[in-house]
Amino acid sequence: MTDQTIAAIATAIGEAGIGIVRLSGSKALEIADQIFSSRQGLPPSSLPGYSARYGRVVDPETKRTVDEAVLLVMRAPRSYTGEDVVEFQCHGGVVVVQRILEMALRLGARLAEPGEFTKRAFLNGRIDLSQAEAVIDVVRSRTEASLELAVDQLEGSLSRRIGAIREHLYDLVVRVEAIIDYPEDDIPEMEMDEMAEVIQAGLAELERLLATADQGKVLREGLKAVITGKPNVGKSSLLNRLLDEQRALVTDIPGTTRDIIEEVLNLKGIPLRLIDTAGIRESADVVERLGVERAVQLWSEADLIIHVLDGSVPLTEEDFQILAQTKDKHRVVVINKSDLPRVWDLADLPQADLGGAKIVEISLLEGELDPVVDAILDLVMQGVVREGTSSQAIITRARHKAALEQAKGDLEQALETLTSGLPLDLISVGLQGALEHLGEITGETVRENVIDRIFAQFCIGK
Amino acid sequence: MSHRDRRYDVIVVGAGHAGCEAGLAAARLGKKTALLTFSLDNVALLPCNPSIGGSGKAALVREVDALGGEMGRICDAALMQGRMLNTRKGPAVQSLRVQLDRKLYQRRMKYVLETTPNLFLKEGLVTRLLVEQGRVVGVKLRDGTTLYAPVVILATGTYLDSVIHIGDVRYSGAPQGQHPAIELAQSLRNLLPIVRFKTGTPPRVNLRSLDYSKLAKLEGENPLEGFSFETGSIEIEQVPCWVTYTNEATHAIIRDNLHRAALYSGAITGTGPRYCPSIESKVVQFPDRTGHQVFIEPEGWETNEGYLSGLSTSLPAEVQVELLQTIPGLENVEIMRWAYAIEYDCLDPFFLDSSLMTKEIWGLFCAGQINGTSGYEEAAAQGIVAGINAARLLDGESPITIPRSQAYIGVLIDDLVTKGTTEPYRMMTSRAEHRLYLRMDNADARLTPLGYQVGLIGEERYAAFQAKQEQIAQEVERLKRTPVGGDAETNAILRELGTTELRHGITMAELLRRPEISYDQLGRLCDLPDLPQNVRSSVEILVKYEGYLRKQQAAIERFEKLESRLLPQDLDYTKLRGLSREAVERLTLVKPRSLGQAARISGVSPADINVLVIYLETQKRSEG
Repeated sequence: MTDQTIAAIATAIGEAGIGIVRLSGSKALEIADQIFSSRQGLPPSSLPGYSARYGRVVDPETKRTVDEAVLLVMRAPRSYTGEDVVEFQCHGGVVVVQRILEMALRLGARLAEPGEFTKRAFLNGRIDLSQAEAVIDVVRSRTEASLELAVDQLEGSLSRRIGAIREHLYDLVVRVEAIIDYPEDDIPEMEMDEMAEVIQAGLAELERLLATADQGKVLREGLKAVITGKPNVGKSSLLNRLLDEQRALVTDIPGTTRDIIEEVLNLKGIPLRLIDTAGIRESADVVERLGVERAVQLWSEADLIIHVLDGSVPLTEEDFQILAQTKDKHRVVVINKSDLPRVWDLADLPQADLGGAKIVEISLLEGELDPVVDAILDLVMQGVVREGTSSQAIITRARHKAALEQAKGDLEQALETLTSGLPLDLISVGLQGALEHLGEITGETVRENVIDRIFAQFCIGK
Repeated sequence: MSHRDRRYDVIVVGAGHAGCEAGLAAARLGKKTALLTFSLDNVALLPCNPSIGGSGKAALVREVDALGGEMGRICDAALMQGRMLNTRKGPAVQSLRVQLDRKLYQRRMKYVLETTPNLFLKEGLVTRLLVEQGRVVGVKLRDGTTLYAPVVILATGTYLDSVIHIGDVRYSGAPQGQHPAIELAQSLRNLLPIVRFKTGTPPRVNLRSLDYSKLAKLEGENPLEGFSFETGSIEIEQVPCWVTYTNEATHAIIRDNLHRAALYSGAITGTGPRYCPSIESKVVQFPDRTGHQVFIEPEGWETNEGYLSGLSTSLPAEVQVELLQTIPGLENVEIMRWAYAIEYDCLDPFFLDSSLMTKEIWGLFCAGQINGTSGYEEAAAQGIVAGINAARLLDGESPITIPRSQAYIGVLIDDLVTKGTTEPYRMMTSRAEHRLYLRMDNADARLTPLGYQVGLIGEERYAAFQAKQEQIAQEVERLKRTPVGGDAETNAILRELGTTELRHGITMAELLRRPEISYDQLGRLCDLPDLPQNVRSSVEILVKYEGYLRKQQAAIERFEKLESRLLPQDLDYTKLRGLSREAVERLTLVKPRSLGQAARISGVSPADINVLVIYLETQKRSEG
């Protein structure tokens, strides 16, 4: 029970200035070694207890720096939980802590249950016996809060889609189990192709689901937005005003190429990643610096495009081109310089290329920024994500994502077993595992459901 | 009657499959044991199918054998036909199923009972259980005598206040024209909570009346690997079974007479097993099916009686005749015994602990159908555990509890005492979490050490067991060491075997991992030692599925950690802070022995388990 290393975000997510990700367990230092690079180059596992180091958190897969952070090392048994504990103290806000947490989970930590650090502290003798009841309260109340949350999510669309995958898998598992347990009854054998089809369909759906979980990247990583437009229309003014008026979550996340800079804004609770060129504040022109090809690529990767037009000068071919090339994206079209006389009106824009774009007229020099912010939020709320971004929701989602990923792994194993020509009982290990992992999200008992369904679906018994 | 004839260490009530194993185990462990039955002519009766084994159940028989039980040996001696089922569905689910000569099975078992030292097989109808101050002290018989013992094992089968239904006819009775135990049922109702279950059995027919030209023949496998470790290979001339199907004409008769079926007329209130539905239930629940399978199974070498498996019914006698006549091959059928449904009392198994002793009455054990199970194999499995634990209780030793991860016996008992059952409980491999490990081929490896430790497996058998394990281990090692290389000669053989050629050398074990290669085929490429069939098949499974088995082993280790965190049996859950009300109720009822068991109780949440973990820690510290 306490042999697994656990990880969690220890600070309230969102507004806090510092974010802390805490790991506890025998693998805590090993995981830290893989994602933390101290200035002196010493791996965290070589550090004594009660030491702190300044360095960078680096994603071991992409080798990209996620953030600068202070690492605290506490060694067993002299730590809060009595186990090896590592804390990453980094910039507050959703993006960085969530990434660090996900890396830790990927490297073998398990998401901590509510109150689990406190529980371990107690079990390892770090908390006095008189505090035991308080520990129970913590475990109880937090678990119940998260249970309520689970019920909330049950009613959501995510769980409906999980439900649909589960139904298909149940159909398959129930048939497999009926064939196994009732060999003398008239249950049609399953063809390999038929089984493979169901598993592949399940895998595809899980992948789609995991991808939509990644649409939650709006929450976890921020909405990827690109500001575009021809030179001198006011792109830099827009960027600077957004940065001035909305609190920046993370100062800079330098890219490997040094060309790209992400500015992350907290737009009324929604993290917005503005993708820019390094010199955008000077030259303010993506197309100019990187060429059309690169610009098109940036647009295609964006969740949102903010296209700035100048209402005080005539439209040019370049404006029309950008409109045409970005017409499939979520867009906010900002018509700037409303303080100056307008030389064209909306009817001059090609309606076919305008699509569902939100159109805002504004003066970035004098006017309020609110219409732009509202337009962005409108798009976000309609499309990609819903409201309500408490820390619990994010953690729960991480748990769900982990369960979905395990289910996916199980199905992949089942498919591999099947295609290697191995028998039914080995295939069923992966199938049942997938069902059980999906069941973790809703807390159902798979084994008994399977048996009930066998009897409901097949005429069995002598 | 002398004093000596009235005092025992253990009294077993009922000599069915649970009672026989319980009595034998207790007696073999040195306890003076009385085994009581209504009729000495009905010991070890197979009142339903004349067959034993099948999916999940075959493993149970092997497990009983590994613990030192009798069922496997008797099956091997009394079988008329045997087949391995599920051979193509994987190593974990292959299962032996045998057709038995019912009378031979009974005679063999009776002889073993009669010749076992310390065991006293007696005819007698128990009318009352004697309980004093929360302890069982003995039983009262209909003949007026009283037998005394500090431990009583109830293995009463389907006889407790049993009622037989044949259509609209209903009478108090028991299988094979025997008597129900009415007074004992009354006596138990005053002591323990009772539920009412139902089961049924099909008609028996005279096999001379069948038209075999219309039946499909089902042959057995010869030679056959028997159930018991001691038997080895069985080579006898087997008898076939026969298969036919019901049709729309059959179903029309059933539908027209449904109101007269005891199951549908409201006459039966007990809960029946879903896996063993009556033909009328099948027709009602699956109206789209145009035919249902009927297996015709011979009942013995020296009888012409046949069992119509798949045609269990509660319809009236004349309807039974009518519907059988619509079935191809049965047009001129002579029915010898009517099909019937039977209702009987059983105990709510929540009132047992994992040793199968009742929580409320010290010394009172229950085993078999009285605990809500169904099936000979399930009964025998409980019987041997109850017998062992009865003896251990008298010796002041802690009871054996077999984990779910180690045996189907463990799954069976844990399911009963942790979850209870709402229908007659039958073993299925789907009930086990660690099915890849709970195989028929390794049942001896899983449980023989325990059988030896408790004293039911003798030195000679144990030495033979160890020798077999050694043979398996050595051969697995040898295959892992033996190279097989990418030379032309080898590749020619591989081509012949229909498998991919080798570019470079690998080991024999790696080659065996290919699904299309069998252990015996390796003999084409290297000399294979002369090993018995069961050793060869174990070696094949261990090598072929090594990766999967290793993963399963890791899962078992994780599972057993929680099982080893024991909860005190006298824990007052109402005094624990932080448990939900439902959890308190369920935990108080079940009294789980470990955290793992507690976690399986429905209504006990992970938060409740956390509370228990914290409680255990506070206890540990205040003691330490």
